[in-house]
Amino acid sequence: MKLDRVPVREQEPAKRILNFQEVSYGYNQEEAVEEASRCLQCKNPKCVGGCPVAIDIPKFIRELRDGDMKAARDTLGKSSNLPAVCGRVCPQEEQCEGKCIVGIRGTAVNIGKLERYVADWAMAEGYRNTEKAPSNHIKVAVIGSGPAGLTCAGDLAKLGYEVTIFEALHEPGGVLVYGIPEFRLPKEKVVREEIKLLLDLGVTLETNVIVGRTVSVENLMKDEDFKAVFIGSGAGLPMFMGIKGENANGVMSANEYLTRANLMKAFRSDYDTPISHGKKVVVVGAGNVAMDAARTAVRLGAEARLVYRRSEKEIPARAEEVHHAVEEGVILNLLTNPKEILVDEKGFVKGMVCVKMTLGEPDASGRRKPLEMEGTEHVIDCDSVIMSLGTSPNPLIASTTPGIETNRRGCILINEENGETTSTGIFAGGDAVTGSATVILAMSAGKKAAQGIHAEMVKKGLVPEV
Amino acid sequence: MYKIIRKKELVSQIYLMDIEAPRVAKNANPGQFVIVKVDEVGERIPLTICDYHREEGTVTIVFQTLGMSTKKLAALEEGDYIRDFVGPLGNPSEVVMDSVEHLAGKKIVFVAGGVGTAPVYPQVKMLKEKGIDVDVIIGTKSKSTLIFEEEFNQVAKNLYVCTDDGSYGFQGLVTDRLKKLMEEEGKAYDLCVAIGPMIMMKFVSRLTASYKLKTIVSLNPIMVDGTGMCGACRVTVGSEVKFACVDGPEFDAHLIDFDEAMRRQSMFKTAEGKKAIQMEQAAVHAEGELCELGELQK
Repeated sequence: MKLDRVPVREQEPAKRILNFQEVSYGYNQEEAVEEASRCLQCKNPKCVGGCPVAIDIPKFIRELRDGDMKAARDTLGKSSNLPAVCGRVCPQEEQCEGKCIVGIRGTAVNIGKLERYVADWAMAEGYRNTEKAPSNHIKVAVIGSGPAGLTCAGDLAKLGYEVTIFEALHEPGGVLVYGIPEFRLPKEKVVREEIKLLLDLGVTLETNVIVGRTVSVENLMKDEDFKAVFIGSGAGLPMFMGIKGENANGVMSANEYLTRANLMKAFRSDYDTPISHGKKVVVVGAGNVAMDAARTAVRLGAEARLVYRRSEKEIPARAEEVHHAVEEGVILNLLTNPKEILVDEKGFVKGMVCVKMTLGEPDASGRRKPLEMEGTEHVIDCDSVIMSLGTSPNPLIASTTPGIETNRRGCILINEENGETTSTGIFAGGDAVTGSATVILAMSAGKKAAQGIHAEMVKKGLVPEV
Repeated sequence: MYKIIRKKELVSQIYLMDIEAPRVAKNANPGQFVIVKVDEVGERIPLTICDYHREEGTVTIVFQTLGMSTKKLAALEEGDYIRDFVGPLGNPSEVVMDSVEHLAGKKIVFVAGGVGTAPVYPQVKMLKEKGIDVDVIIGTKSKSTLIFEEEFNQVAKNLYVCTDDGSYGFQGLVTDRLKKLMEEEGKAYDLCVAIGPMIMMKFVSRLTASYKLKTIVSLNPIMVDGTGMCGACRVTVGSEVKFACVDGPEFDAHLIDFDEAMRRQSMFKTAEGKKAIQMEQAAVHAEGELCELGELQK
């Protein structure tokens, strides 16, 4: 057995900073089969336990290795509705690959890239499996078409439900279309195609519907005969620091910057939406979203810098993303915290006053608390500032739906067993419940809620038990 | 896709359209707005809801061709489709939605400017239906740019038209007219509602503050999603940061930092200007030249 994984071909940093095309080329067939043969086919596979949706990983890898691609795609499809997406954006090192036995002596099997290879193969070949139960004529509404909603909708459709997804934006996909950039997750080739496969299961999609404004949850259940509702509206509300100068021209949330670039395609001159072409961009924060914003700025021709108040060890973004960002020339100012944004006479950003930080004793959460170091104020020269401090759930749905309870942070409270909220028949999952987390965790919440909804319909005697 | 049921050029460069959007029509109320995206490559632009017909399932918008997106929209005809039309967004107008008991006896003046005249109309109409009479001041450049005069004559108790060039009604600004009403013509108001260009709302606000007359304005900052997820539309209201799309668009005028709001509104002026030039060029030249112009933007 080879200890080291088959390397994945990537666009060279010098070349890729000039375009928005995908950085990773993924495996070709030969490479995929070679990597697949590194899998030990464990009797008691640890990797499956590391996958939030419990894909039968050894099985699909064996099928891929043996050349039965259709079977491999079907195996993935049993557990995941978005394998081409997950193979690309899951933090595998903390999930499936983190548990892989091969990783103890060598490098873990590259499960993510193998999953991606199988899903991409099926899309390229036009292979699809739209097997589903006959319709039970029960209507279920899914609010939000991000990873949680898409997964819940797909699973319910397979069980025979008549599912309608309501999406506030003009394109489905949630964070997959407005948040994660093209160079990590291609929109037309991957996201749109994968969603199309899901809709082909008979799921209806209504875009431009803001539940809470265009229609209420109550209306959906009373007037439109939906028997259950799943809320997968995410955590899209951006946070700001509240420092002086934050409303200057050139200061924006990462959500705004990325929405302009990704959803509105502002980086293309044939699209109408403008985007700020700063020359010196500072991104505040160090999560995956911060990396995405900084790498987008690089591609728009800026010098991009990350300002983060903790040290490298605490950076919340995936190691691979930080590595890619640094390769592309993103500068890291660690242990640094903004105090004020300096504004020129026309109201545009001209700089940012920062202070150096040091890490104190671990607090109750176990993290070392950053403390300001006196006399270390300094100015970072910049013309744009992107705030990437995290997001919280939008209060609109919870505040317009009687009976739904939320916690202090605005997250919807659910029964962990089945995903049901404090109001009967209304379920929720994903970032709307947890606050901003990962794509795969949202998918797993969507799966659980689909099971919860089905169980409730069985309990009510509306559908026979399968 | 959303069908254009009716299109009418009210005056030069100001258009009215009825758009078929049953879900929006069913839940729309005065004071709210929609976001329109004309085509696949279009940007999302906010437009105030000017009227709605729940039975027919249509929503009325009135817009002026100022930039590229409004020009694109104006180029469409009855029977054509708009790609995206989402709403109703923002909060309904508190004044208009208030109970008749609360409103009874209140003296309200509406101040409307330019294309902002259109969204004032359904508010005044709804108040009239509730039995509340209000005064309306309309400001416009000239007689030829005045809109909704006839409609307002039906629903307003008193209508005062002001033109910049004196070609019709009172010559001067809406603030001059309001001042005259209050100081020379013995009018006393309990509430003022101003909708129009940011600069007009700023000066109305400054004037009414000196009279301690409570004033509500409807802000129109730059927006992207209109649902509270980006903060492009943030404004400072009473030293707090608010998102106009979800907390507004109506706010207490005397608490708004207008200078900041106006500055933020001009943020993309150059980018928008370049896009508009690009579109005009594209209309006269071959498509191939687009790329070259696209390069100019960088």
